[in-house]
Amino acid sequence: MKRFLRAAVSANTVTVTVLAVFLALLVGAVLVVLSSEELVAEYGYFFATPSTVLADTWAAIADAYSNLFKGAVVDPADVSGAIAGTNSWSAVFGPVSETLTYTAPLIFTGLAVALAFRGGMFNIGAQGQAVMGCVGGALVGFLIPLPPVLHLIAALLGAAAGGALVGFVAGILKARTGAHEVIVTIMLNYIALAFLQWLISQPGIHDPTRTDAISKQVDGSARLPLLGTGGLRVNLGILLGVAATIGVAWLLNRSTSGFELRAVGLNPAAARTAGMSVGRTYVLVMVLAGALGGLGGGVQVLGTAAKLTGQVAGQIGFEGITVALLGRGKPWGVFASAVLFGALHAGGNRMQSRSHVAIDLIIVVQAVIVIFIAAPALVKAIFRLRASRGAATTGLAKGW
Amino acid sequence: MATTLTVYNTPQVAPVTGFWSRARKAGLAFAVLGVLAAGVLAFQARAGAPARFAVGVTTTGFAISVPGRVGAIVLGIICALTGGVLLTGRYDRWLRSLSALGLGTLVLSVLCSQVAGHTMALGDLARTTVLGALPLVFGALGGVLCERTGVINVAIEGQLLTGAFAASLFGTLAASTWVGLFAAAAGGLFIALLLAVLAIRYLVDQVVLGVVLNVFALGLTGFLFTQLMQRNTDKYNFPPTFAAWRIPLLGDIPIVGPALFRSNVFGYLAIVLVIVVHVGLFHTRWGLRTRAVGEHPTAADTVGIKVGWTRYRNVLLGGIVAGIGGAALTVGDVGGFANNMTSGKGFIALAAVIFGRWSPLGATLAALLFGFSQALAAFLGIVGSRIPTEFLGMLPYVVTIIAVAGLVGRVRAPAADGQPYVKG
Repeated sequence: MKRFLRAAVSANTVTVTVLAVFLALLVGAVLVVLSSEELVAEYGYFFATPSTVLADTWAAIADAYSNLFKGAVVDPADVSGAIAGTNSWSAVFGPVSETLTYTAPLIFTGLAVALAFRGGMFNIGAQGQAVMGCVGGALVGFLIPLPPVLHLIAALLGAAAGGALVGFVAGILKARTGAHEVIVTIMLNYIALAFLQWLISQPGIHDPTRTDAISKQVDGSARLPLLGTGGLRVNLGILLGVAATIGVAWLLNRSTSGFELRAVGLNPAAARTAGMSVGRTYVLVMVLAGALGGLGGGVQVLGTAAKLTGQVAGQIGFEGITVALLGRGKPWGVFASAVLFGALHAGGNRMQSRSHVAIDLIIVVQAVIVIFIAAPALVKAIFRLRASRGAATTGLAKGW
Repeated sequence: MATTLTVYNTPQVAPVTGFWSRARKAGLAFAVLGVLAAGVLAFQARAGAPARFAVGVTTTGFAISVPGRVGAIVLGIICALTGGVLLTGRYDRWLRSLSALGLGTLVLSVLCSQVAGHTMALGDLARTTVLGALPLVFGALGGVLCERTGVINVAIEGQLLTGAFAASLFGTLAASTWVGLFAAAAGGLFIALLLAVLAIRYLVDQVVLGVVLNVFALGLTGFLFTQLMQRNTDKYNFPPTFAAWRIPLLGDIPIVGPALFRSNVFGYLAIVLVIVVHVGLFHTRWGLRTRAVGEHPTAADTVGIKVGWTRYRNVLLGGIVAGIGGAALTVGDVGGFANNMTSGKGFIALAAVIFGRWSPLGATLAALLFGFSQALAAFLGIVGSRIPTEFLGMLPYVVTIIAVAGLVGRVRAPAADGQPYVKG
């Protein structure tokens, strides 16, 4: 408790994070205005009626962001409706359910990137690992008939194995030949995607009733059970995400391998001098990170997607990178930023349908947040913050 | 500090003097692939079906006819024998020429077996290769300019995408292809400016930065595409396109003509840029300074070269070049912009930079190789080959992994690539 309080008060990182989110939303607001033909036209005669123009600008931004909030957290109208009895309580929890549904895979892919970060490696391959996780999970899900609970466990293991395989390739190449993991994982992302595209058109995998590239449906016994009723989509994945966060936190902070991992990440030469096998640690880190990324894909395919398509993994792996950067490589930081990004997704859907602001806006917001997080000096310069000791410093910079 | 691709902490790396030298590894690969081509792929061809290779851009006209299966077997065996020669380890001096022979016969063998029963228009294949390679060439040149000066550029994808978007938007608004071209350069410059300021001034990790800038470009172009272009295509996303300029005599040379001398402004611009960047980097004062800053900034600073300014200038130049590459996709080709239309081309360009060993000519050749594999994949898809086109599409990525892993040859990045320079 004492440690927590000290961290919360002293951490300049919190200030930087909050300001980064604020600045990103500001950039988003500017884009909302710039992309609105009516508003841009109004600015043409700004000096005629400045107050109207400013009021309209404010209205457009407020409309977009209030829908973002209502879609991500709660819509007050639904709450009063539920109290009055005009709509169900499940509608009230709808936004939270959507947020958690989008959060679950991001926790895994975020942890996949964060774990590798702590081991001194930049795992850009979470996307490829998630893709192979989708493949592994779905193949076990519709090819191997098993009893209910066992089937789900086997499918999740299949997903983890698929991702771990991709991670292993990057790890072993780094350990044996020194090939830079960034280059290898970028390339593996596209190899995995091409493999997925090839696989879904193969006989036995492809859904024979469909003409487009789509696989068979995952058996019901391998699907992640829903947690809510009344059409809420949130499933067991979010609880698995909490468990994974606890597990990674324990691994990093309490276990011997976690200690070796961090030691290698901070200073490989010193770790080797201390008798640790740097190469073995690299392989282990990448296999674990790959398994986590694979589970992210597994949660996606066994949860909401239920079948393989070319886009089944969406962008969860690439978003895992931004999640991990925002979470500063710490397990619970990753968890919190995954929730934030999940909320942006859920809210973005409503913002798109109600305010007619394209959901791509949230990608910009995410990127800008992370740019400011990665350049704390920039945030300090903008807000003229005092430099504080032990504060957020620029991340490690290293070459190819 | 891991400064090169080959990190020092690699105890198991086989020294070059070991049995598995580069030549032997390459030989083993050629032997296996040659046997596969002669023994498996050749028998996919119908017996007696000829493979016709037309010289022109259409399947009619003068054509060379090769018996498909026999040709595939013979060429595959030559490839395997080349591999065998390399495996003996006595002909390491001839590694380059033997590798070229092995690769050439392998490709031809595969072509014979897959084209059997069809006609392949070589002129068209060459043109498709160059067309597909154009954005990669621009992107790779931009990457080379950036990385030679010591700033890692993972944001090529974002620069291409922003360039493609800006070319389409402003090309449409001004109803001018040239405005589109300059807007694309400005779009690439915008991403490069963010990269330069954040990497050089604020010392952000450049790989992280590049990845995030790609996300930023994807979100920004995607947002404006949905908000503006999709709602009003005619007003925002209907740019004019560059017409092809055919150079009289040169354009009539078989195969080379359609590839190089019948293209639009982007094709000629690419040829000029490759030469300019090559000569500039290796034969001018600017190039020497650029490379000095990329290899050893402290030494460069000591002799009075302004490290920060040199880096800014080159990163921005690289952005302009890559942005123009994006325009090749819109005003240079199909016209309109589509969401995420680069779909990984920037990463293939990055692969070309690395596979081409950070040299302009090498990167261009790598880009052409990748363009060729794309063109081949498209052709094989059309004739219904049994080689999955997805596997051909993996080629750029696989050869890049092989290259960085040092399995065949070894690549080394500029020594100070990715390291911010703090005067001290």
